Amino acid sequence: MIAVILAVIPLLLILGDVFLRGAPAISVGFLTHLQKPPNVSGGGIANAIVGTFTMVGIASLISVPIGVLAGIFFSEWSTTKVSTISSFMNDVLTGFPSIVLGLFVFVIIVLPTRQFSAFAGGVALSFVMLPIIARTTGESLKLVPNTLREASMALGIPRWKTIFRIVIGTGKNGLLTGILLAVARATGETAPILLTASTSIYFAKSIFQPTASMTVLIYNYATSPYSSWQTQAWGAALVLILIMLGLNLVVKLTVGRNLSGKLEL
Amino acid sequence: MRFRLLRGDTILTIALAAAALLIIGIVVALAVNLFSGASSSILKFGPRFLIESKWQPSNDVFGALPFVYGTLVTSAIAIVIGFPISLGIAVFISEKLKRHLTFGYLLGTLVDLLAAVPSVIYGLWGVFVLIPLLKDYVEKPLNKSLGFISLFSGHPFGYDFFTAGVILAIMIIPTMSAVTRDVLSVVPNSQREAIYSLGGTDWEVTQKSVLPYARSGIFGAFILGLGRAFGETMAVTMVIGNIPSISSSLFSPGATLSSIIANQFGESSGLFQAALIELGLILFFVAVTINGLARLLLWRMTRGTQVNT
Repeated sequence: MIAVILAVIPLLLILGDVFLRGAPAISVGFLTHLQKPPNVSGGGIANAIVGTFTMVGIASLISVPIGVLAGIFFSEWSTTKVSTISSFMNDVLTGFPSIVLGLFVFVIIVLPTRQFSAFAGGVALSFVMLPIIARTTGESLKLVPNTLREASMALGIPRWKTIFRIVIGTGKNGLLTGILLAVARATGETAPILLTASTSIYFAKSIFQPTASMTVLIYNYATSPYSSWQTQAWGAALVLILIMLGLNLVVKLTVGRNLSGKLEL
Repeated sequence: MRFRLLRGDTILTIALAAAALLIIGIVVALAVNLFSGASSSILKFGPRFLIESKWQPSNDVFGALPFVYGTLVTSAIAIVIGFPISLGIAVFISEKLKRHLTFGYLLGTLVDLLAAVPSVIYGLWGVFVLIPLLKDYVEKPLNKSLGFISLFSGHPFGYDFFTAGVILAIMIIPTMSAVTRDVLSVVPNSQREAIYSLGGTDWEVTQKSVLPYARSGIFGAFILGLGRAFGETMAVTMVIGNIPSISSSLFSPGATLSSIIANQFGESSGLFQAALIELGLILFFVAVTINGLARLLLWRMTRGTQVNT
């Protein structure tokens, strides 16, 4: 019991502090204006919000199709050697410190192009999302009873159709859960973006330019000596946490119940 | 007709296998590219990099020892605080609350939410809330009363190993308790009933039968928590002070492998950058080893059951 209290207290403290200190910073202008220099009133985080959504969007475009395909392979071809090795590698990838993924993308994209960019940030985030999506897809499709597959095959329906119509149709809740959780995780990541997209105080004109994000903004503002920036860091934290807790609660309360516990890794 | 059936299945198989192979490819490419990015540092310092204690970018002298030390110290603090609490939560929810499933589920959800809070928000909270709290109510009293022990000596400033360790503890509790809960849930009931039938109390059942049975799985959870503590970046970067020093006092600033990368990468170039990437390479190998080990333990524990961890 004491253990539970000890664990729940920090959660309540963190959430409470973010709400109490973040709420005063939030206004319409905060969400729609560009960043301002320290101690100039009326600065906003609009470019950071747009930047975060851009990068998570790019990451989703890359990781959702690949992750879902790999997940189907883990579940439907689970007896093959490739599947065993790949799903082990996938688990290892899940456990990688995200900053290592940032270094990787820095070496393969930022160094050759000599340009921090939203594209590089998106690729880095896709490596964060991919293993989560592949894993949850695989796990939730494994829960689909084999009798359904056999029934479909017995009707002469080809395997690909069985998988897309019957197996995915039955397991789609778990699939969606995985994607939502991966999006939530990517939205809250800082280290990989810091090394690949850097930051900017303007709206990026293309995805091949340095781009601001909410998390890097919080990091820079929180470690700055200016009180106006520190206040805005709390405001940005509140916006971020509302998005993330929203996504997580939706998952937990609706589709994720039968999968809980398996999604934490 | 037969031709068309075959083609659909063939295309699907190829697409799926390609996606799975791509994941293997990413891990391999990661290793190769980190090696190439770190090559100038690896060639210049060789294995001495690991035992060199100086980190002086202005003199082109680089060694990983202070960061290896910082990573080990902060992770040790995190485990000492976090592991007993995680074990307590897992036992409480899966053994004590067996008959109150909804309450247990809600509590579990609440603890899981801790895992959903982004690292950078832990850092923000650490800087403005936890540091003043720990400095005034934990570090200063400990320093005053036990300052003669080198562990608690020095001048508590808040930005140090201790604060980083406490933040890490909070962050790894959800991981460790969720995995432990999964492991406890696959302990067969016959194990519990055997002790009950001998007249054992709830506590004796947990202590004598459930925990020993789940030993290797709990160890797996422990290792996974350790892995997360090793790799955690932003929150630690914000509270540890980022000074490459090796000090026996928990109340002095330091740096970890990941925190120094996040802190200094932006202003680095040439050999300096290669040295930072080499630190990343060390993290990579530690992560592969730890995760491989943990998965193996958990796989042995839960093999042949419904729960896949």
